[in-house]
Amino acid sequence: MSEPLTPMLSLKGIQKSFHRGTVNQKDVLKGIDLDLAPGDFVTIIGGNGAGKSTMLNAIAGVWKVDGGTISVDGVDVTATSEHKRAKYLGRVFQDPNMGTASNMQIDENLALAARRGKLRTLKWGLTSGERASYREQLKMLDLGLEDRMSTKVGLLSGGQRQALTLLMATLQRPKLLLLDEHTAALDPKTAAKVLSLTDQLIEENHLTALMVTHNMRDAIAHGNRLIMMHDGHIILDIAGEEKKKLTVEILLEKFSQTSGSEFVNDRALLG
Amino acid sequence: MVDILLSGTTQGLIWAILALGVYVSYRVLDIADLTCEGCITLGASVTALLLWKEVNPWLAVLIAFLAGCIAGGITGVLHTKMKIPPILAGILTMISLYSINIHIMSIATEKQGTANLSLLRIDNLYTDFSSSKLGELLNMGKTNAALLIGVIFCVGIIAILYWFFGTELGSSIRATGNNEKMCRAQGIDTDLTKIIGLALSNGLIAVSGALLSQYQGYSDVNMGVGSIVIGLASIIIGEAIFARTKRFAIMLIGIVVGSVIYRLVVSLVIFSGMPSTDLKVMTAVVVIVALCLTSFASKVRAKSAKGGKGNV
Repeated sequence: MSEPLTPMLSLKGIQKSFHRGTVNQKDVLKGIDLDLAPGDFVTIIGGNGAGKSTMLNAIAGVWKVDGGTISVDGVDVTATSEHKRAKYLGRVFQDPNMGTASNMQIDENLALAARRGKLRTLKWGLTSGERASYREQLKMLDLGLEDRMSTKVGLLSGGQRQALTLLMATLQRPKLLLLDEHTAALDPKTAAKVLSLTDQLIEENHLTALMVTHNMRDAIAHGNRLIMMHDGHIILDIAGEEKKKLTVEILLEKFSQTSGSEFVNDRALLG
Repeated sequence: MVDILLSGTTQGLIWAILALGVYVSYRVLDIADLTCEGCITLGASVTALLLWKEVNPWLAVLIAFLAGCIAGGITGVLHTKMKIPPILAGILTMISLYSINIHIMSIATEKQGTANLSLLRIDNLYTDFSSSKLGELLNMGKTNAALLIGVIFCVGIIAILYWFFGTELGSSIRATGNNEKMCRAQGIDTDLTKIIGLALSNGLIAVSGALLSQYQGYSDVNMGVGSIVIGLASIIIGEAIFARTKRFAIMLIGIVVGSVIYRLVVSLVIFSGMPSTDLKVMTAVVVIVALCLTSFASKVRAKSAKGGKGNV
């Protein structure tokens, strides 16, 4: 029906073990295959140790995978180093301290992000024209940060930092946005605000995104596709109309059917 | 007495260049880089050799800078590419420089194992300047010339550092010292930024050695011992004086002021009769006390600002 598009992300047979060849060897990813169409917003859910974050780190190139290939928009990046892959990727981490340079100003952080994937030269690192455009973009966050652009990021709250990191991740339009439980460290109200901002940024920029979450409700409410991971495999992949009809109960039932075990995780149920 | 103050200030300005170099590694990159100790001697030895070979003293300082950059770059490569912890990488370069510095000075004397090189009666930056037309016009003796040249170097280096750390490359080096993971996510090659930062840091330290050897009239293989502590002391004094500043340029000026204050205190203490060999322990105690006070002060601040800087 639809013409074959180049997938925005293509994982083929991704394998990753830690402490390889020792008694502590832990096989975390056991052959992951996943294709993302341009514009897909996929939520990823699964228990602790299922391999969700490891999959995101594999895509980001934090370390090399043990087997399989990773392509972004048709470009094989399996052997590309983390900082070179960053050209294609926007990333937001679970820890709000991780995504920003806390001793640097808000505008300086944005300026660093605006140069993602570009050669850093001896040109001035933050121009007044840039500052004006950052002010406009910060206004959109509705957190009052546009009036505090010279404030060090270390003085911001966790929620403000995650919002800023989101903006930084999308300032240079990424081919793929990787969100690794980016609201898990926030209080429920702030988490909801950051999530709606996430939706807004993804929609406005027509981004392809992967969002890991512990929260089943969030996984159901956001995105057009949901995958569930268990023990290093993708055990469920639900999209379109079927995804819209999902409930937590249906998800739990499907989980126990496919994995043969109960989904034991209070955080996922209640969170 | 005036002489003591004058020479103290001049030495303070020369050591300030080292302190600025240490600032780049210790504060900007957050790496305690011990290459410093061998690098100041490297700058001094290279300069001494070149002056013996009658090279222009300004050119000698430039070559010393480049030699320091190479030494710092090697520490950077050891740390980033060979995954050696930064402290150990610095120590390895430092200890290698000990032998290398003796080799460099041996070239001048053509005698193996030359551990020091005298520069007395050899033309240097200061004699050059005071006998130049400009020097004669200003009627400057050697001592005043040394003071003026110290000021020129410090002002010039502060200006260059201020510019450099405002550029795209310089900003990415600052960010590397802050949050490496974030840097890589933003496409910054953190190996490269660390190598460049360490090269710049040690280049400056070598310039300090280059001026010092000309000022004191010799280069000695042991002259760098404890130099990183002196650099740290200057930084800490500077930060204490300009505790409230957020401006980078003011911070750098503070370090120069800190270095001059340190040197003046040292001069006065020695003048008052303390044996100069006790100097190193005194400096260490100053740094220890200052570091304790800073951590104590931040604890107090954290307690008083209840819940002000939480995670959520």
